Amino acid sequence: MRSFLTVATVVAAGLIGAAANAEVTLLNASYDPTRELYKDFNEAFAKHWKAKTGQAMAIRQSHGGSGKQARAVIDGLEADVVTLALAYDIDALFDRAKLIPKDWQKRLPDNSSPYTSTIVFLVREGNPKGIKDWGDLVKRGVSVVTPNPKTSGGARWNYLAAWGYALKSLGNDEAKAKDFVQRLYRNVPVLDTGARGSLTTFTERGIGDVFISWENEAFLAVKELGPDKFEIVVPSLSILAEPPVAVVDRVVDRRGTRKAAQAYLEYLYTPEGQEIAGRHYYRPRLQAAAARYAGQFAKVKLFTIDEVFGGWQKAQTTHFTDGGVFDQIYQPGG
Amino acid sequence: MMAAAHHTAPAPTAPPRLVRGGEWFLNRAFRAPPAGRHAKRDGMVREALGSLPRRSAWRRPSVLPGFGLAFGYTILYLSLIVLIPLSATFFKSATLGWDAFWATITAPRVLASLRLSFGASLIAALLNGVFGLLVAWVLVRYRFFGRRVCDALVDLPFALPTAVAGIALTAVYAGNGWLGQYLEPLGIKVAFTPLGVIVALTFIGLPFVVRTVQPVLEDLEPELEEAAATLGANRLQTFQRVILPAVWPALLTGFTLAFARAVGEYGSVIFIAGNLPMVSEITPLLIIIKLEQYDYAGATSVAVIMLVLSFALLLLINLLQWWSSRRMGRS
Repeated sequence: MRSFLTVATVVAAGLIGAAANAEVTLLNASYDPTRELYKDFNEAFAKHWKAKTGQAMAIRQSHGGSGKQARAVIDGLEADVVTLALAYDIDALFDRAKLIPKDWQKRLPDNSSPYTSTIVFLVREGNPKGIKDWGDLVKRGVSVVTPNPKTSGGARWNYLAAWGYALKSLGNDEAKAKDFVQRLYRNVPVLDTGARGSLTTFTERGIGDVFISWENEAFLAVKELGPDKFEIVVPSLSILAEPPVAVVDRVVDRRGTRKAAQAYLEYLYTPEGQEIAGRHYYRPRLQAAAARYAGQFAKVKLFTIDEVFGGWQKAQTTHFTDGGVFDQIYQPGG
Repeated sequence: MMAAAHHTAPAPTAPPRLVRGGEWFLNRAFRAPPAGRHAKRDGMVREALGSLPRRSAWRRPSVLPGFGLAFGYTILYLSLIVLIPLSATFFKSATLGWDAFWATITAPRVLASLRLSFGASLIAALLNGVFGLLVAWVLVRYRFFGRRVCDALVDLPFALPTAVAGIALTAVYAGNGWLGQYLEPLGIKVAFTPLGVIVALTFIGLPFVVRTVQPVLEDLEPELEEAAATLGANRLQTFQRVILPAVWPALLTGFTLAFARAVGEYGSVIFIAGNLPMVSEITPLLIIIKLEQYDYAGATSVAVIMLVLSFALLLLINLLQWWSSRRMGRS
C-alpha cells in the first residue's frame, strides 16, 4: 500500500511538474472579508507573473472563517499560501501539523502582515443612541452586535480591542476590565458564528444599535448598503489588527510551487499590492500607499496585541480557551 | 365495540417501510416468541413436520433461505456506515482520559446546551406529534382542492437545505420580520431566543411524523369508524379506541424520527438561535466551537455524550413502542 502510494505520488508529482511549464496553480486559503481584495489582487499578480516569467498563473481562492480555514489546511487542504485573520490560526499550522516552521512570522516584513486593519463601530443612520466610544457600549439599553469570539477571528479582535480600552481607561485593572467586557457582552443579544453573519443580523434583521466590525468590513457595508443607512464611528482607542500571511512549506515543497507562492506573498508588499489593499479598505504598510489613502482612514490611537496581551498565544489561553475569561463572563455569578 | 377493536388489531403490524428498516434489530431482540394467532399456526406446522428429524437445537431450518448471507451483509453494512465512524468518536474522546472527559461534559455550558438541545427537540417532536397527525389525517381523509399541493408542501422541510430554512425562519420571526413585527409588541420574542430554536426544530421535524403516519391512516378503512359509530361509540371514543391504537406505533416512530433529527440539527438552528452561551446555544454548535479551538478531543467528548443520550432515548422509545404495541394488541 505504502509503495503504491509512493508510486502514485511520484507519478502525480511528475504530472504536476509537466504541467508546471504550462501553468502554475496556487491555492490561497483566506478568511471571510478578503474576497473582494484577493479577487483584484490575484488578477494583478497573474499579470505581473506572466510578464516576469512568461508563465501563466491560475490562483484559486478558498474563503471561510479563519479558524475553519486553518483546520482545513491542517486536515489536508492543499493550500500553497494562507492569508488568515490572526496569527494564532497560522500558529496552529505549526502546532498541530508542523506544516510550517515555528518562526514563520519572521519570514516576511511587518510580522508577515502586509496590510493592517482595526476595529470600529457601525451604527445606524444619525447614530440615534449617540455612540462615540467603547464606554457607550456598556450602557443600559444599548444593544451590541458582534460574533462569537470562539468561532470568529474578527470577533477575537473585537473582544481584545474592548479589553485593551478598558485596561487603559480603568487604570490597568484586570478585574475592572473583566467587569467592563462582561457588561458589554450582556448587551449582546445574538452571537453569530462569523463576521458576515453578524453583519447580516445587524443590517438585515435590524438587531442592535451598534455593530463592532473590522474597519474594512464597515467600509464595505456602508458602500454596499448605502451611506444613508449606516455610519462609521471610530473609537478613541482601538487595536492594530494584523492579518498575517504565510507560505505553507509542506505543500509548496510537495507541489513544487515555492517560488511562485513566495513571489505571490511578496507582491502584496509592492506598491501595486499595497495600492490594491488600500482600495479595499485595508490600511497599507507602505508609506506612499498609506499616504494616498490617509484621507480614507480616521486617525485613531492603536495598540498592538503584543503590547497589551503579550502575543496571540497568551491572549488565546487567557481569554478564549475553555474556562477562559470569555467563558467566565457567561457563567452565572462570573 | 369489541368487534371493531379486534378488527383493527392487525393494522399496527403493517407499519410503513421506514419503520421496518430501523426497528428490525430491536424487534428481533425484544419481541417475545410468537404468540396468539401465530402460535396456533406454528403448532399446526410443527405437528405436520413432527415426524421429520430435528437438526440442531438452536437453529431451526427456515423456509426462506439466505438468512446467513443477508445477515452477514446487514452486519457489514451497519458496521461500515454506522458503527465504525461512531466508534472513531469514542476512541478520539478516549485520548482525553476519564477525568478530563468528565470535566468537559459536566461543564455548566455543556450541560446548559444539552438541556436546550434535548428539551427543545422534545417539545418540537411533541408539537409535531399532535399537529403532524392532524395534517396526515386531513391529507388522507378528505378530498379538497389543492390537496396534492399541500401534500407536496409537507416534504419541503426535507428537501430544503437547512441553511435556507434557518434564514427564512429568521427573516420571518426577527423583530422586523413579517410575523416578528406583530409578535414583538406582544412581548413574544421568537428569533434569537430558545423559542426560536423550538420553531426551527418543529419546522424540520414535521415531515417525519406526517410521512410515517400517512400510510397507516390510508390503510385504516373509514368503515371501521362507521362500525364503531353503529356500535354506539362517540367521536372521542372512536378516536381513542379505534384510530389511535392503529396509528400509535407509526406515530411513535414519527415522533422518534422527528426527535432524533431535531437533536442533531445544526444548519437551520444557528441562524435563529442567537447562540448565547448558557441561553440559546445548542450542543452541535458547542461541538463546532470546540473544533474551532482545535480541541478535537473535547469536541468528540461532547459528541459522545450526545450519542449516548440519543441512543438511550431512542432505545427507551423503542421499548415503549414494543410495550404499547403488545398491550394494545392484547386488549
